Amino acid sequence: MSEKKIMLGNEAIARGAYEAGVKVSAAYPGTPSTEISENIVKYDEIYAEWSPNEKVAMEVAIGASISGVRAMASMKHVGVNVASDPLYTISYSGVNGGLVLVAADDPGLYSSQNEQDTRCVARAAQVPVIEPSDSQEAKDFMKYAFDLSEKYDTPVILRTTTRLSHSQGPVTLEDRVEPVDAPYERNIQKYVMMPGMAKQRHIYVEQRMKQMAEDGAEMPINRVEMGDTKIGFIASGIAYQYVKEACPDASVLKLGLVHPLPRKMIEEFAAKVDKLYIFEELEPVFEEQIKSWGIECVGKEIFTLQGEYSANMLRKAVLGEEVEVAQPAQVPARPPILCPGCPHRSVYSVLNKLKIHAAGDIGCYTLGAVAPLNVVDTTVCMGASISTLHGMEKAKGKNYVKNWVAVIGDSTFLHTGVNSLMNMAYNQATGTVMILDNSTTGMTGHQDHAATGKTLKGEVVPAINIYDLCKTIGVKHVTVVNAFDIETLEKVIKEETQREELSVIITQSPCVLLKGNVFPNKCRVIPEKCKKCGACLRPGCPALTKTADGVTVIDETMCNGCGLCMQLCKFGAIEKVEA
Amino acid sequence: MAENKTKNIMIVGVGGQGTLLTSRILGGITVAAGYDVKLSEVHGMAQRGGSVVTFVRYGEKVAEPIVEEGQADLLIAFEKLEAKRYAHFLKKDGTLVVNDQKIEPITVVTGAAQYPENIIEELSSKYETYSIDAMGEALKLGNSKVFNIIVLGVAAKHMDFSKEDWLAVIENTVPPKTVEMNKKAFLLGYES
Repeated sequence: MSEKKIMLGNEAIARGAYEAGVKVSAAYPGTPSTEISENIVKYDEIYAEWSPNEKVAMEVAIGASISGVRAMASMKHVGVNVASDPLYTISYSGVNGGLVLVAADDPGLYSSQNEQDTRCVARAAQVPVIEPSDSQEAKDFMKYAFDLSEKYDTPVILRTTTRLSHSQGPVTLEDRVEPVDAPYERNIQKYVMMPGMAKQRHIYVEQRMKQMAEDGAEMPINRVEMGDTKIGFIASGIAYQYVKEACPDASVLKLGLVHPLPRKMIEEFAAKVDKLYIFEELEPVFEEQIKSWGIECVGKEIFTLQGEYSANMLRKAVLGEEVEVAQPAQVPARPPILCPGCPHRSVYSVLNKLKIHAAGDIGCYTLGAVAPLNVVDTTVCMGASISTLHGMEKAKGKNYVKNWVAVIGDSTFLHTGVNSLMNMAYNQATGTVMILDNSTTGMTGHQDHAATGKTLKGEVVPAINIYDLCKTIGVKHVTVVNAFDIETLEKVIKEETQREELSVIITQSPCVLLKGNVFPNKCRVIPEKCKKCGACLRPGCPALTKTADGVTVIDETMCNGCGLCMQLCKFGAIEKVEA
Repeated sequence: MAENKTKNIMIVGVGGQGTLLTSRILGGITVAAGYDVKLSEVHGMAQRGGSVVTFVRYGEKVAEPIVEEGQADLLIAFEKLEAKRYAHFLKKDGTLVVNDQKIEPITVVTGAAQYPENIIEELSSKYETYSIDAMGEALKLGNSKVFNIIVLGVAAKHMDFSKEDWLAVIENTVPPKTVEMNKKAFLLGYES
């Protein structure tokens, strides 16, 4: 087979896993990594699952590897933090079947809360990292990662970035290899990391990383492209493409193995060029190591630590070219917003009215931080809403949190929020936690989880009942409310926030973008009844605008008929009609 | 366009308008014609009603997956404010295809900013511009969702692929149930 297909970077990673003979894949969705699992699930030969969080996913892959099959976990960069506990120690144990962690970084912060560089985590965990530069390499490197993993007895990180994961390019498809499962043998020196065993494995880890650094010069994923020797670049990943675009004639050392660095190869390349540039997005990981070896080079002195790079950046900073561009027009910003008919908007309209602060979490509902909703005050990481609310109460007392709630989505609650709720119950908190249950993982594009009753493979399974779960943890006051019933919602929120006992409010209504949703109605304004008060416009539904003289207009192509605006109108000027 | 020169296309719009489907059709037709191609998309948070941009580059050999300011040969805008936001990415002799539709961003709805007037007139004075009320046309076809394929049909007139090739790629890319509607929408734009 040598069929050529245009593939998203993430789709190519999935294809590489398939061709490499992977048997088990576990992940938690997170931009820009989500499409890896969404493509892996298309291959029947691979068992693939959504795990509740990245730590679990990593451990599932570790178990599969120890049992002797090729296994992988995939996650976004901040997910690696959640998975770092098993990662740091499996680095010592090594593998039986090949084990690969795909970590997707997000330079430019397209959909993340920070801009961390996975290479830094990998250096600390002593795990080798390889980094492809396009879709074809994404597939090829994925296969190579498993070879490296088994050869050097180590987990391997395949690092991608948003630009690579979400770019498409041609890929040549090959057949799947069916590796023979490695036999399992009990080996507590390797798989039980008690101090005595870990001391010995630490020696192995140091030797392994040294050996890989030495062998790097022979690895086909590291490549010297000699050209004009006046300028030389060291680059990897997507940054390599910018070098080729802006300076096609320059000499380049393209690194595929980005940790550990092939020192000898770098020293030889540096000696051949007059001026050496290190072109790497985010942290100066290569640069600091290369400078520490006494090699003269230029990096972060002229290239930024923030955001994505580009070819124009090189044209300006290295070639000194004046890139002539027209000034961008001054136009109103268009930040992301909650969709028309989104149940979060309804909940937030009530919290806003009651002037309640929310400790927020990660999901579409983080958008409740900004105008016009202005409800969410804090957002840190997955699950943090509940524990930060708890910390506030313990710092300032019960009365302080009477005008606060924690808001968290259903998927995020099961990810790590549930631990924090256990803590509130255990440590006698009195705060109110709102679980905004829209029956899906919304922001990342509608992935199932343990409470939706469906697996990644589409099998129907018993769903965790979030109400029962909260009760079991020991929360006495758990109330379920329809997210669009704003009258009941207001009453319940008032009661529960004043109550000096821990409470949970579960607001329910499926995400408006969920497949299979039908919208029998649309809302329409009766212009002669509109008093131009603007109450319907306040929650910021994108389907609603007003005419020059202030009468509300509803765009029928956008409206999903949720009826929030109709409930907010005191003059009966909005009606529901058949769509 | 010289054969060995990379051609740069941008598709801009509001998250949820279907820029991804359109870029996939564009990617499909360039691959079918034997070009090297790279597309770059936006997923995640920006797709929730934010300003989104997709890059398509094709030619003999393409390295960088993004189009930078002043480099676009063709800018396809699904909303006119977005056309104005990204117009400076066009080359001086670049072509603009714009859907004459206004979607107010939240900053306008809340009164923090004003939606600019006369966008299409202003852009027409600077660039070779073709506009169409694609949403109005799509509603006439009875399916508001295919407005983006109508816009693509207009843009296709300014590219080097045959009508038959476009229709074949559309057939291979869109969900089977929607093939006929999408073809109809494409032709409506292409023959406008």
